[in-house]
Amino acid sequence: MLLALPGCGSWGAADEADDALVLYCGRGRSLVEPTIERFREETGINVKVRYGQTAQLAVTILEEGERSPADLFWAQDAGALGQLTTAGRLEPLPEDLLEAVPAPFRHTGGYWVGTSGRARVMAYSVDRVEPADLPDSVFGFTDEKWRGRVGWAPTNGSFQAFVTAMRQMHGDDAVRDWLEAMKANGAQPYPKNSPILTALAAGEIDVGLTNHYYLLRFKQDDPQFPVEQTGFADADVGNLMLVAGVGVLDTVRNRDAALKFIRFLLSSETAQAAFANDDFEYPVSADVAPRPELPGQDRLDGLTPDVPLDALDDLEGTLRLLREVGLL
Amino acid sequence: MTAVSGPTLAVSRRPPWYLMAPALACVVGVALPLTYLLIRAFEADWETVSTVVFRQRNLMLLGNTLLLCGAVLTIVTLLALPIAWLTTRTNLPGRRAFTLLAVMPLAVPAYVMAYTLLGLGGPYGTTAQLLGFELPMVRGFWGATLALSLYNLPYMFLNLRVAMQRLDPALEEAARSLGLPSWRVFIGVVMPQLRPAFLAGALLVLLHVIGDFGAVSLMRYESFSYALFMQYEAGADRVYAAWLALMLIGLTGGLLVLELRFLRGFRLDPAGITTPRPTRLVRLGWWKLPAYLLLGAVALVGLIVPLATIFFWLARHPGGVGGAMGSDWTSSLADSVSASLPAALLAALLALPIAYMARRYGSPLSRGIEQSAYLGYATPALAFALGLVFFSLRVAPWLYQTLFLLVYAYALHFLAEAVGPIRSALYVATPRLEEASRSLGWGRVQTFFRVTLPLLRSGLVVSVALVFLSAMKELPLTFILSPLGFETLAMNLWSLTNEAMFAAAAPYALTILVFSGLFVGLLLLRGHEEVS
Repeated sequence: MLLALPGCGSWGAADEADDALVLYCGRGRSLVEPTIERFREETGINVKVRYGQTAQLAVTILEEGERSPADLFWAQDAGALGQLTTAGRLEPLPEDLLEAVPAPFRHTGGYWVGTSGRARVMAYSVDRVEPADLPDSVFGFTDEKWRGRVGWAPTNGSFQAFVTAMRQMHGDDAVRDWLEAMKANGAQPYPKNSPILTALAAGEIDVGLTNHYYLLRFKQDDPQFPVEQTGFADADVGNLMLVAGVGVLDTVRNRDAALKFIRFLLSSETAQAAFANDDFEYPVSADVAPRPELPGQDRLDGLTPDVPLDALDDLEGTLRLLREVGLL
Repeated sequence: MTAVSGPTLAVSRRPPWYLMAPALACVVGVALPLTYLLIRAFEADWETVSTVVFRQRNLMLLGNTLLLCGAVLTIVTLLALPIAWLTTRTNLPGRRAFTLLAVMPLAVPAYVMAYTLLGLGGPYGTTAQLLGFELPMVRGFWGATLALSLYNLPYMFLNLRVAMQRLDPALEEAARSLGLPSWRVFIGVVMPQLRPAFLAGALLVLLHVIGDFGAVSLMRYESFSYALFMQYEAGADRVYAAWLALMLIGLTGGLLVLELRFLRGFRLDPAGITTPRPTRLVRLGWWKLPAYLLLGAVALVGLIVPLATIFFWLARHPGGVGGAMGSDWTSSLADSVSASLPAALLAALLALPIAYMARRYGSPLSRGIEQSAYLGYATPALAFALGLVFFSLRVAPWLYQTLFLLVYAYALHFLAEAVGPIRSALYVATPRLEEASRSLGWGRVQTFFRVTLPLLRSGLVVSVALVFLSAMKELPLTFILSPLGFETLAMNLWSLTNEAMFAAAAPYALTILVFSGLFVGLLLLRGHEEVS
């Protein structure tokens, strides 16, 4: 009765065509759908996408186990990819594909590669902060003069990746001290990054720790938005570059098509250019330049800290630390 | 004749199989996610559990949640009661329109409500930019209370309305003829009759407050469910998350037990055979002005503010309004409706035997089945989805990621919303009418369709409306269980607001609001049989 409804195509499980790929994508649909569409047009491979939140998709892949219909997992951040690697769910990628990606953007074990980068920055209110007052290092925000003026998002994936890098560079104890000092100094917690920017405009806080592209999107909607952003001193962990990455799952049915897809995401003229120009992200391909508002590739080398990508796998330890300090 | 305590009718009769079968199917469906959670929870080692579950912080978060529950329930009741009364029992002009307006906040997802309230105040807020003056920033405990009260008001309002429409005027007239003034008649005669409806509404409201994380997170109020959601989001730690989910469900179980206590032995059906007459509407006179003020204020904050904010976002769309409406919202709309509508109908269909059995047969088993519907509602949607992933892949893999499974998941998860209104209607529908029709020779089935069902119509309509609205906005079940390539309005809306692309999100928000609102309006205004 009710079950005999239109749309029969989606009632039963999908047909397993030879040229079909199933992608679980934690990246925003509006950001990547044009690129995936181009792939479909150019290769004729039918890519079916499940969009969702990276962590939820990772849990789903783990829950699905060996019965998972997914071939590829495209994550917004490295933590989820690390978890799947530890759980043995990702397949190692071929050498030639790995070599196409600069070393800072790929997993040393060869289980996944980065497709684009996002930089951590400090965004500040133009009305209430002089750029000269801003600290050189993210550790400087524990100073008395920043009491109650700084916003962060401890529950957000990017922040947690940043803390993981911090632990790698400075050790757990230093990070614990910093977290507790920030908390004592009245750092305001927000659930995600965009509320930080809204709060900056609203006057709730004067500085926020966030990702670089949010401000660019806010300014696209509203060029008068009263916020600017900048990085810390060279090689400070506050300038961390986070990557979105893709890996092939052990449940892959069509390995050739999957690898073709990954190569497409790394290709300069199409995917990488789209990520840089349309999504305001940092490309991983050396042949594509980021948008003019952002620091160029050569500047980035000095700016970003020297943290191996694999180190960002240890999300577990970061979560434990955040829970210990009472931020989670 | 009114609320007497005593045994219900025919306690020893066993319900027929055609009522038990669907009801038990529901119980099994709800038990699956619970079983999954128990399986995952017991994978934990005791040390992890004790450090991570039994923390002082969790206790603090629990306290926060309970505080929020109390505040929201109070405000919702204080608003819903007069609004329900004004729209059903008075001669207020435009009460049909206000009925629709009072329900409309349900069409707005909770986090959109929170975004719009957040964006309202402050020097860079919508009021500052559009109207020139600055409102205070709404956030924290009061922000969360405001957002959740507005969002949950319709649940209480609709449940109370179903009950108020069916009240027998004879009782009130008798009380008045005995010399009681109007306000005492209201408190002493009308309000007790609203008890089951109030409790059904209260249960929904409390479950929503306990389970919400979108609005509280944006308002930066740390509640228990927010902590739970963060665990799933932050690290795919299924074991810890399972423990927290079980704690949430335990909290709900406590509420259910309380409700059972309040409703024990409660009966509303009149002792004799009465035909409910339409009530004489109260003439308001100059009381119309405060009534309009109240209704206007609720409509303003609950509907006009979100709408205005959405239009504000829409105006900033790079392609202008035309460009915005050109986006693929039509296929999203089709996807949304293709899952929500069957789910709403299925839920009402399943809720009917459950509510009927609980009221007419009253055995502990049938009561237990009714409670299990609420447990399904209390299970966090993400846990519910993962539970179905776990079982469907092992038992019926061909069902996995099909529309059928999604519709089934929606119907089971939102079943409790459908049970409440039907139950309220059943409280007032007397079994005597059914007995009379049976004694006149009509079989059980005929009696049901010709006598009982018409009495339940308004309740059924509200059930379908509530589940439809909930399904249209639903996120976790949809993200995980929907077929590949299925994109609902809610998914797109969430994804775009998450990326801070508010202008692009506006068309989807508008579509959900308008379409859900139209559908529900149609249902409500055509779904009641008497003049009111």
